[in-house]
Amino acid sequence: MRRVVITGTGMVSPLGCGTEVSWSRLLAGQNSARVVTEFEVEDLPAKIACRIPVGDGSDGTFNVDQWMEPKEQRKVDPFIIYGVAAAEMALEDAGWHPKTDEDQIATGVLIGSGIGGLEGIVEAGYTLRDKGPRRISPFFIPGRLINLVSGQVSIRHKLRGPNHAVVTACSTGAHAIGDAARMIAFGDAEVMVAGGAESPICRISLAGFAACKALSTQHNDDPQKASRPYDRDRDGFVMGEGAGIVVLEELEHAKARGAKIYAEVVGYGMSGDAFHITAPSEDGDGAFRCMTAALKRAGISASDVDYINAHGTSTMADTIELGAVERLVGNAASKISMSSTKSAIGHLLGAAGAVEAIFSALAIRDNIAPPTLNLDNPDVETAIDLVPHKARKREINIALSNSFGFGGTNASLVLRRYEA
Amino acid sequence: MSDIAERVKKIVIDHLGVDADKVVEGASFIDDLGADSLDTVELVMAFEEEFGVEIPDDAADSILTVGDAVKFIEKAQA
Repeated sequence: MRRVVITGTGMVSPLGCGTEVSWSRLLAGQNSARVVTEFEVEDLPAKIACRIPVGDGSDGTFNVDQWMEPKEQRKVDPFIIYGVAAAEMALEDAGWHPKTDEDQIATGVLIGSGIGGLEGIVEAGYTLRDKGPRRISPFFIPGRLINLVSGQVSIRHKLRGPNHAVVTACSTGAHAIGDAARMIAFGDAEVMVAGGAESPICRISLAGFAACKALSTQHNDDPQKASRPYDRDRDGFVMGEGAGIVVLEELEHAKARGAKIYAEVVGYGMSGDAFHITAPSEDGDGAFRCMTAALKRAGISASDVDYINAHGTSTMADTIELGAVERLVGNAASKISMSSTKSAIGHLLGAAGAVEAIFSALAIRDNIAPPTLNLDNPDVETAIDLVPHKARKREINIALSNSFGFGGTNASLVLRRYEA
Repeated sequence: MSDIAERVKKIVIDHLGVDADKVVEGASFIDDLGADSLDTVELVMAFEEEFGVEIPDDAADSILTVGDAVKFIEKAQA
């Protein structure tokens, strides 16, 4: 099997615009949750979110004009802009700017989104009702479709290989990276730009996820306490937004051009719960089989895993995942660190798995486990180190990143420190 | 320049993101101002909205330049 490595990363997260700024703030224990002020939230049960810091581009802020021409911005939903921005960062970071036919055709794109352009669909619905069909913009459809992140990135960078998109709710980002890595392993491409993008923070989305009983509603007065995975006082996830994109590359291709290598993608596993539309199977069977499949593909035993970036959304499901991990690692539990970075950035839905895979790669690069914030009173006892409050320096050679989505769709990625 | 021409010009500048000095009477939306076929559909919608006129599809197909748009709207409002 051809080996696949990560040679570039890009990120727009609630902690900042850029991989390194997001990572350093994550390690420092910063929390991005706040009350939403951009639209009316008074009548919503969940009034908080983790929002991208918007500004002039300095100090890690996101300046939309740096990433897309103003006349193009109004044609697309924000998730497309976040994806375009993170993809440009990742390609720049990888130093991959294909100019020849051969290189362009060898480079594909696989970027997904969990929901796509929800807000734009709502607005177009009002336009249709109030002004009629002649007022629906020709950019309504191409500005909302989920695969248009992949389309835009392909067009902007002349990437003419496989062009694909994933839609698997909160597993989207992990599935995108895993599927793209397989495309390279299979020989469909030498390089893939892969990940997820999401811009879900709007009234209808907060209303809908709250109706599913998925959102935190008890910490509106103290937003930074709301996302608290594994803690007994957790009451739902906090919505986040952004994009995470990696450049995946066939190992020999990367070595031939002297590319920097973050980590190797050695394992990818998938499973379906076949249980419930929003709740995970209570015995954690789907999560267990998904992680088991990823480790089997990697040829790694569970006891060799150093760090797990948990799905850990700050819901009842946290302890189900934890139980599945305990079953997986058995007696090795005490040597494993597992944290939920959603405690700092919220739940980026379709972008979550990609952002978290990048954090996992950086955990390997820097030998440090990012913290689980707000873990004051663990809901269950475990021998696994849940990295409460503060990042932990420790040896990390193998990291596993979990993502589980509505519909019972599960994905796990295994990353390993690159060794020749 | 007439009031209609000024308003047309402003819409073109906003939608196509072009410099004001390029938006002259003879400028073609596609050949001179960088529009694609979807941009021109949206421009026509913006003219309809701004001026409260209806521009049927066959008429829209013949509006190729800034001057064409101004002429059509002047006539429709006369």
